[in-house]
Amino acid sequence: MCLGVPAKVISVDGNMAGVEIGGVTYQARIDLLDEVLPGDYVILHAGFAIEKVDEAEAAETIRLFKEVLSMEDQEKDID
Amino acid sequence: MKKIPYIDVYRDQTLLKDISSRIHAISKKEVQFMEVCGGHTMAIHQFGIRQMLPPTIKLLSGPGCPVCVTSRIYIDKAIRIGQMKDVIITTYGDLIRVPGSSSSLERERGNGMDVRMVYSAMDAVVIARENPTRQVVFLGIGFETTAPASAITIIEAKKSGLVNFSLLSAHKVMPPVMQQLIHEGIRINGYIAPGHVSAITGTRMYQPIVENFHIPVVVSGFEAADILHSILLLVRQVESGTPRVEVQYKRVVKSEGNTIAQERMRQVFSPADEPWRGFGVIPESGLRIRKAFSTFDADLRFPLKMKESPEPKGCICGNILKGLQAPADCRLFAKKCTPDDPVGACMVSSEGACAAAYKYAT
Ligand code: SF4
Repeated sequence: MCLGVPAKVISVDGNMAGVEIGGVTYQARIDLLDEVLPGDYVILHAGFAIEKVDEAEAAETIRLFKEVLSMEDQEKDID
Repeated sequence: MKKIPYIDVYRDQTLLKDISSRIHAISKKEVQFMEVCGGHTMAIHQFGIRQMLPPTIKLLSGPGCPVCVTSRIYIDKAIRIGQMKDVIITTYGDLIRVPGSSSSLERERGNGMDVRMVYSAMDAVVIARENPTRQVVFLGIGFETTAPASAITIIEAKKSGLVNFSLLSAHKVMPPVMQQLIHEGIRINGYIAPGHVSAITGTRMYQPIVENFHIPVVVSGFEAADILHSILLLVRQVESGTPRVEVQYKRVVKSEGNTIAQERMRQVFSPADEPWRGFGVIPESGLRIRKAFSTFDADLRFPLKMKESPEPKGCICGNILKGLQAPADCRLFAKKCTPDDPVGACMVSSEGACAAAYKYAT
């Protein structure tokens, strides 16, 4: 129906933002977010930005993936 | 063009293999995990997640596709309203193809009904402004992800004194149905919780599931590695016997959620009993428009008495939404029922379990 997709904010004008997904630009409402700046990533859902994507947490998730793989020895103990 | 940061990492085959082998290594108990988000249903099929799991883990698709869980009574009502004089029906795309008891909005449009697809609820307001002599009705469906957009739309309509706009609410909230499934005795050993719903609501609402039923809940992102990682986190909780609410999708979901969106929803909607396809009425699982905004409530503007009708013969969509049966169990699947000519709602939306199974079947 209307899946949430990550979009990059290009411009901000009041409660509207120009956002880009895969090279295509869309208009999005940003009423639901506190402060949006060009360069931010947001999740776009049915024309509204519903949340920002936190780049630090995104990097942290990647780090966690790596940790998953180094957990092997510890988890052998649970087995 | 700058790409979404890290997108390639989330789909990296080596990483996926590694997470998958971790799951194989630690999974001992026979478990069933359920996802309750149409986006996850699609991603699980698209990335072939089931094929990466050991036989101990079974994935169930739950009632997470908003179009699928919309009751037939709602479709019938939308059609009845659309048949009235000087009415324009506006709707998110997928809904127009869902069969009601004797017709669909798409078929009615072919017969001359003015049905317009919109991408956002705000588009419906624009149509209302452009057509001041006609009543514009927006079909408000979806979970906590779309309800805030509907709320803002109604607030704006009120502010601008729009008199020819209303919303027919079938908005739903997730926690009651997640508990209902367990009450009905469906064996669920872990929930893969919806990422974007949780971005709005926060994670506290899952606490009763952990406390009352001792079932782990992991809020997951939508990339292949996100989902596999979430399954790994669920397996760890199951194997160690320590169920809790965990967030895998931390880059988007904060524990308190989006408080602006929550406030807008509270301002416009109040909880109400709501019918779900396959489940019947679930107490407090829907959102009704509050009195302060009642002039925008299509249920009040067009009072109609409707009767519930049975599902189409042979369609087991209701059971599929409960995780009791899979699309392949349906005799009509990929034969009489296809995305081009859907018999039931689960085949209509690309997020529906039947449509996703059809699209990615080899
Ligand atoms: S395949 Fe079609 S008829 Fe069968 S359960 Fe799915 S939607 Fe219903």
